Amino acid sequence: MNIWLIMIVGGLITFGMRFSLIYLFGKFQIPETIQRALHYVPPAVLSAIIFPELFHPNDTFDVSWTNTRLLAGLIAIAVAWFSKNTLLTIIVGMIVLLVLNLI
Amino acid sequence: MSEARKYFWEGVRAELPLMVGGFPFGMIYGALALNAGLSNAAAQMMSSILFAGSAQFITAQLVQVAAPALVIILTIAVVNVRHMLYSASLAPYLKDLSLKWKVLLSYLLTDEAYAPSIIKYEKDGLQPYSHWFVFGAGLALWVDWQVSTAVGIFLGAYLTDNDILQIIPLDFALPLTFIAMVVPVLKNRAMIAAALSAGLMALLAINLPYQLGLIVAAFTGIIVGTLLEKRS
Repeated sequence: MNIWLIMIVGGLITFGMRFSLIYLFGKFQIPETIQRALHYVPPAVLSAIIFPELFHPNDTFDVSWTNTRLLAGLIAIAVAWFSKNTLLTIIVGMIVLLVLNLI
Repeated sequence: MSEARKYFWEGVRAELPLMVGGFPFGMIYGALALNAGLSNAAAQMMSSILFAGSAQFITAQLVQVAAPALVIILTIAVVNVRHMLYSASLAPYLKDLSLKWKVLLSYLLTDEAYAPSIIKYEKDGLQPYSHWFVFGAGLALWVDWQVSTAVGIFLGAYLTDNDILQIIPLDFALPLTFIAMVVPVLKNRAMIAAALSAGLMALLAINLPYQLGLIVAAFTGIIVGTLLEKRS
């Protein structure tokens, strides 16, 4: 089996999973409990992506002052918390990382 | 139509920082795929056929070590299982759309398209044209991914992945954007607990392969949030 077949089958499976519940939940009523639980998907998934990026950069745990990504990330969290401004959060976080990397 | 256009461009705008953050990964993928022995055409087409970053990286690596096709396909499936969670999460908002729209938006449903879209829905609720926001965000990332892959294939011979990220850590725009999106959602104890428990579980489960840690962590956060909400 060649790479093209792998890609096509893999692509169909990927599409199928992305489509699966969008399709099924259009056909059937979504149970109340599941609807409520689904509201926790965004904070849960996004945090599950963010934490390793901050605490585990370069594939090793690093909770120290030399972990510039952790420091920049914590400052970005504070900026987001108080300002609720997306662009400001990203810009401040990026600048802090660049400056800390220079030090 | 102008209302649709407004939502479309709003989606594109929300996607911009994620496009910046995603671009180096597309380049690295392009370079890596060539290095793994894929042809230019196969490397480029994988970005539109699979259109899933992590799965593409792993596929390139498995092709390089000549893993059996079935193993590669099963790996792709496992790595992408998390998309079912995104599918479930967006489903209530997309349920009245035509099949064509559902197919189109499903194809475009990456981590980076899911995040701004669900945040928009949770904030504004379902509006008549909000699916155009999802389409704008998804399409913007799709174009970004195709172009960055092409640049990576073009520069593949000259750049290694470390070079790309050492020049400027643009990849950090991804977690930063997710931070900017998730923090304003944390409005009560249940939401905060869901986020913290999922984050901690992601660290505990960091050694699980194939993005399984992400799934375990996500379910942990969902369960913790739901239980706390019930109690209060």
